[in-house]
Amino acid sequence: MNTKELRVFAEEIRVETLKEFMNLGFGHVGGSMSIVETLAVLYGKEMHIDPKNPQMEDRDRLVISKGHAGPALYATLALKGYFPLEVLLTLNQGGTILPSHCDRLKTPGVDMTTGSLGQGMSTACGIALGNKIKKSDKYTYLILGDGECNEGQVWEGAMFASHQKLDNLIIFVDYNKLQLDGTTEDILNLGDMVDKFASFGCHTVKVNGHDIAAIEEAITNAKNTKGVPSVIVLDTIKGNGCPLCLSQFPNNHHLKFKPEDMVESVKLAEETLAKVKEEA
Amino acid sequence: MSYTIRNTFEKSAVEMRKVYTDTLIDMARKNDKICILDADLVGSSGTKAFFKEFPERAIDCGIQEANMIGVAAGLSAVGMVPYAHSFAPFATRRVLDQIFISCAYAKNNVRIVGTDPGVTAAYNGGTHMPFEDMGCLMSIPQITLIEPADTVQLEWVIRELENTHGVYYIRLLRKNAMEIYEPGSKFEFGKAPVVRDGNDVVIIASGIMLHEAIKAADELQKEGISAAVLNAFTWKPLDNETIPAYAKKCGAVVTAENHNVVGGLGSAVAHCLAMNCPTPMEMVGVQDEFGEVGTEDFLRNRFNLTATEIVKKAKAAIAKK
Repeated sequence: MNTKELRVFAEEIRVETLKEFMNLGFGHVGGSMSIVETLAVLYGKEMHIDPKNPQMEDRDRLVISKGHAGPALYATLALKGYFPLEVLLTLNQGGTILPSHCDRLKTPGVDMTTGSLGQGMSTACGIALGNKIKKSDKYTYLILGDGECNEGQVWEGAMFASHQKLDNLIIFVDYNKLQLDGTTEDILNLGDMVDKFASFGCHTVKVNGHDIAAIEEAITNAKNTKGVPSVIVLDTIKGNGCPLCLSQFPNNHHLKFKPEDMVESVKLAEETLAKVKEEA
Repeated sequence: MSYTIRNTFEKSAVEMRKVYTDTLIDMARKNDKICILDADLVGSSGTKAFFKEFPERAIDCGIQEANMIGVAAGLSAVGMVPYAHSFAPFATRRVLDQIFISCAYAKNNVRIVGTDPGVTAAYNGGTHMPFEDMGCLMSIPQITLIEPADTVQLEWVIRELENTHGVYYIRLLRKNAMEIYEPGSKFEFGKAPVVRDGNDVVIIASGIMLHEAIKAADELQKEGISAAVLNAFTWKPLDNETIPAYAKKCGAVVTAENHNVVGGLGSAVAHCLAMNCPTPMEMVGVQDEFGEVGTEDFLRNRFNLTATEIVKKAKAAIAKK
């Protein structure tokens, strides 16, 4: 996909994700909205995958360590054809293949089980290291939450990835500046995320996490950087593109709402989708 | 299962950690998926030879046990078979959530090796003395908890793991163990070998306590009490057939473990018996206390992990019939 097509794909993911939540009446809307563009670039362009063969051994893999953003990934996977779009409406229902947090055993296309914050950092390191041992040229992508970076395990992993020269590991930090209890600044100040990861030896850049072209460029640069892991700090807005979610700022980590309250947000997302389709 | 008990028992000339490492190296020569991880304890775990022969498959993670367990899970996800080691308390209680979620819940294929069980931590003292490692992991669904008694059983366990998929915890004595089995003995996970047959009381033990159980059975024999000895080398799965069968046959049960009886082998056997065959029972083991520093001999006496205590508890269990 080219950049314009990726914009369309991103808006499609946004629409389908919001529909999942609208059907359910609650969920982690904010943190799903902030990674939509990144998912579009990964699954629309960067990742070597086969939706018909989700377990293909030699594939690129994604670990969404902030596992509560599963619904955005599910929409992405459904749009890619891993499973029918109708399945999205079963989110969180008993017996579903789409649980609130990512589960590699339940959902075709989910590469790692996450939900206990910090742990995806290490499992992604293990996948990248395993690929090095196996002499595979495939990439491992990791999406961390910014609040998640409160966890010490993230920094254990950063030190490890750098020491092991995991240049096949590309880490995104969804820097939306909010965590469950409030702003990251108020709850546990992260300091300068770029400086922090850079000081751990990672090639680190900060980009607008809602700018498709900027994400594409950052990934290209990351792939051209050898000998060290790359970190792309995504400057994002929690709930981006969802007025209902933005109206709850700063307490929009998990929303509970009447389905009709989400109608306007879905409509707006659909209008945006129609607009970018026209431009594409 | 085809095992033979030695006629006489003596300490092995070879340390358990050397048997562990040599066995893994032998397997790794034929299987390029086997890899090992350590958390800055390669010098203690005795795996330097593996690091030397397979540098690309041996990772010293530094002092970061949580990351090490997560990395092991990730390695498994791309088909590697990782063995991750630290001292038992740091390989279990410190990383319980990583073992639970990244390894077990995600159904990854990971072996975790925890060294210096219970009082064998000796001079490292209470902070390093795991009386709770098996108990911490016991409620993780489908995990396998193993405490080999000697080098023969250890080598069988390590080789058997090559054909399995799941999360396996090996509670490993680093030093020289009392040899109980003849070389070539074969075992089965979830099946407790009958080390000694008997009719009046059954003693159920693993690890360093197995030899104490045999000594206790000898002492009881002198007093005309016939004691059976079972080697429950897997605490989970526990042998839910042999244990109730011997409880029924003998009518009295004693467990012997180098671990807290709360959440340990005693608890597991009590659960099994309550469900299958309620039987008068006593537990030899640490009675809900923390560890402390000292020689292994001092600590065995301090926490009553002795043949003498097993004899005492055997008589107490028989008296409850």
